[in-house]
Amino acid sequence: MHNDQVQGLVSHDGMTGTQAVDDMSRGFAFTSKLDAIVAWGRKNSLWPMPYGTACCGIEFMSVMGPKYDLARFGAEVARFSPRQADLLVVAGTITEKMAPVIVRIYQQMLEPKYVLSMGACASSGGFYRAYHVLQGVDKVIPVDVYIPGCPPTPEAVMDGIMALQRMIATQQPRPWKDNWKSPYE
Amino acid sequence: MNKLENLKQLLAGKFKIENFKFTHAVGDDVIEVPKEDVPALLLFLREGGQFDFLMDVCGVDFPNREKRFDVVYNLFNSKDSSRLRIKAQVGEGEKIGTAIPAYRGADWFEREAYDMFGIIFEGHPNLRKILTHHQFVGHPLRKDYDANEQQACTTSLPIHFNNEPGSPGDVLNDKYLPLNIGPSHTAMHGTLRVMAEMDGETIVRCNNEIGYLHRCFEKMAETHPYNQVIPYTDRLNYCSAPMNNIGYCKAVERLLGVEIPPKAQAMRVILAELSRIIDHTIALGTGAMDLGALTGFFYMFGMREKVYGLFEKLCGARLTVSMTRIGGMAQDAPEGWFDEVVALCKEIRRGTDEMAGMVLDNKIFIQRTRDVLPVSAQDAIQWGYTGPLLRASGVNLDLRKAQPYYGYDALDFDVPVGTNGDIYDRYLVRFEEMRQSVRIIEQVCKNVPGGDYTIRDKGIVLPEKKDVYGNIEGLMNHFMLIIKGLRPPVGEVYDATEAANGELGFYLVSDGSANPYRLKVRPPCFAIYQSFPTVVKGAMLADAIATVASMNLIAGELDR
Repeated sequence: MHNDQVQGLVSHDGMTGTQAVDDMSRGFAFTSKLDAIVAWGRKNSLWPMPYGTACCGIEFMSVMGPKYDLARFGAEVARFSPRQADLLVVAGTITEKMAPVIVRIYQQMLEPKYVLSMGACASSGGFYRAYHVLQGVDKVIPVDVYIPGCPPTPEAVMDGIMALQRMIATQQPRPWKDNWKSPYE
Repeated sequence: MNKLENLKQLLAGKFKIENFKFTHAVGDDVIEVPKEDVPALLLFLREGGQFDFLMDVCGVDFPNREKRFDVVYNLFNSKDSSRLRIKAQVGEGEKIGTAIPAYRGADWFEREAYDMFGIIFEGHPNLRKILTHHQFVGHPLRKDYDANEQQACTTSLPIHFNNEPGSPGDVLNDKYLPLNIGPSHTAMHGTLRVMAEMDGETIVRCNNEIGYLHRCFEKMAETHPYNQVIPYTDRLNYCSAPMNNIGYCKAVERLLGVEIPPKAQAMRVILAELSRIIDHTIALGTGAMDLGALTGFFYMFGMREKVYGLFEKLCGARLTVSMTRIGGMAQDAPEGWFDEVVALCKEIRRGTDEMAGMVLDNKIFIQRTRDVLPVSAQDAIQWGYTGPLLRASGVNLDLRKAQPYYGYDALDFDVPVGTNGDIYDRYLVRFEEMRQSVRIIEQVCKNVPGGDYTIRDKGIVLPEKKDVYGNIEGLMNHFMLIIKGLRPPVGEVYDATEAANGELGFYLVSDGSANPYRLKVRPPCFAIYQSFPTVVKGAMLADAIATVASMNLIAGELDR
């Protein structure tokens, strides 16, 4: 644990080894910085749900694969059930037909949850300005980090994940998520 | 006497051939027939053994013509590798008979033509939308439908089934458990949806829904200049993007009537075979993963990363390379690149053997795949299977041998063929194809032809950057080609290459403008996947999952 991250943990001076556990627990003061510890835990144990629909899904496999190895960022446990995941990685084009499905998946995820939009298609429809392509997944679900590229290189994806980790650590306000309403209700 | 004359004589007694129009367009034989004759003609050609494959059915829209649509059938004969195109004109609201009695594999192709153009195929048991969502109004590939007119979809369809004779259609049976798998499911590769009625672990009946990745490739091709279509082709089968580039460019080049220089051909062969290898690594790696063997996937991906490294050196991109241009390649290979390819070949060979030992000799893998849901050669041909799956069923058909292009006929390689078409055979064939691809690459790399990497036709290929910035001819040349665009002559062509999944065909109609008038892709796994409900009927659920994995369904080319 780095120093800057443990500021929330303050111990009082003058404690002796004979104090009861009960007293010891009183001896520690968790100030409002408890959030910092929680955030530290969250950012280093993101469980991604790869929503790989297209080419970006193949590049996301690279990110998970042996060379780039997302495990180094604590996010190697890919879950294919939304109930077990807290990071939705939208990797690939979302079509109009897919939109209701991804909203449902997003709603099934438990809090806290984050969304990473990987690649041009997921972020804006990309170069598919076309009749059956949703022009950005943020039309239906709130997105925290957009990663540019078609497809983004694995380095870019890791950069996106690190950006998300910083957001979690600094507890950035996320009005796009807080004000989100399902487009189908 | 040529093939078309023979055919004319053969048909003379049976049909009113005075109504038929026999033409020979850009190397393809074409018959234009009245729409009433189509079903009988197809049946005659199939039963007479003239053409055993129906490769593609598609529509073309001519809004200003009296009868608005062309329905185009592309036939193939595996015995002498000849092709025939049958075209019939259909007016709006008119019906044309279905081709299913002649070729079972016409099923989804006709549904697609119905979805995209509103052409009604009479007698089709299950003529409903296939690619667009169920709330979509209109037919998007008609010329009067705006490419940018999105229509929102708010719900998913409930579990539904095909209307087959004797089946209750969408009505579910209380006795059975309805089961929905996907589109968001590990085994469904992100975009496939399978619905089934289960009796315990046994599938009573099953249906599959596609279109979750329908990104309008064909409409996009119609709204972009020829060279700008190349990046879209990358994203068809994104596991082996260069092969799609090559297939598309080859079709346009054939329409233009140009031949690319030997060096470009050699580079295309190397790229194609490297792509075949990495495509098979995905098929094998994820296939093993779907059966529970995760390790294989990591091994395979290590190999894939190394090939990405070569692509990156060549053009800067890893996955979607857009490396070809119409007329040749985008740029020359960097110095020493071919040596690196040869060096990597050794590693690939070793890696393939290692993987093969890990997967094919694995007891669990063998039990899960050997003799599981075999597809006979006859069925495979009827459905329109091509590529490794067709060869696994025991049909020796590989376009690199049957219709050699880019000097494949001068190369020494074997075509692996399976015996009974079960899932195990499919993996065997894929592993052996990887080894054969390595052989091909090594032969080509041994003596790479010198010379230019592209043709230098001013009406086709952009000048080099130094000429654009350095002299007035280059600048004007660049300006004219960008403003006017590459304009192939009026005409049409069907051209196919052997892609990793099978025959990747491009049917291109040009009206002489800078954009393709119509570009139809014949995706190999589209024909394969339509057989899925029939193949897995009565099977165990786990075997159905193994079947999906072995079909190597790439949504990009399945849904386009």
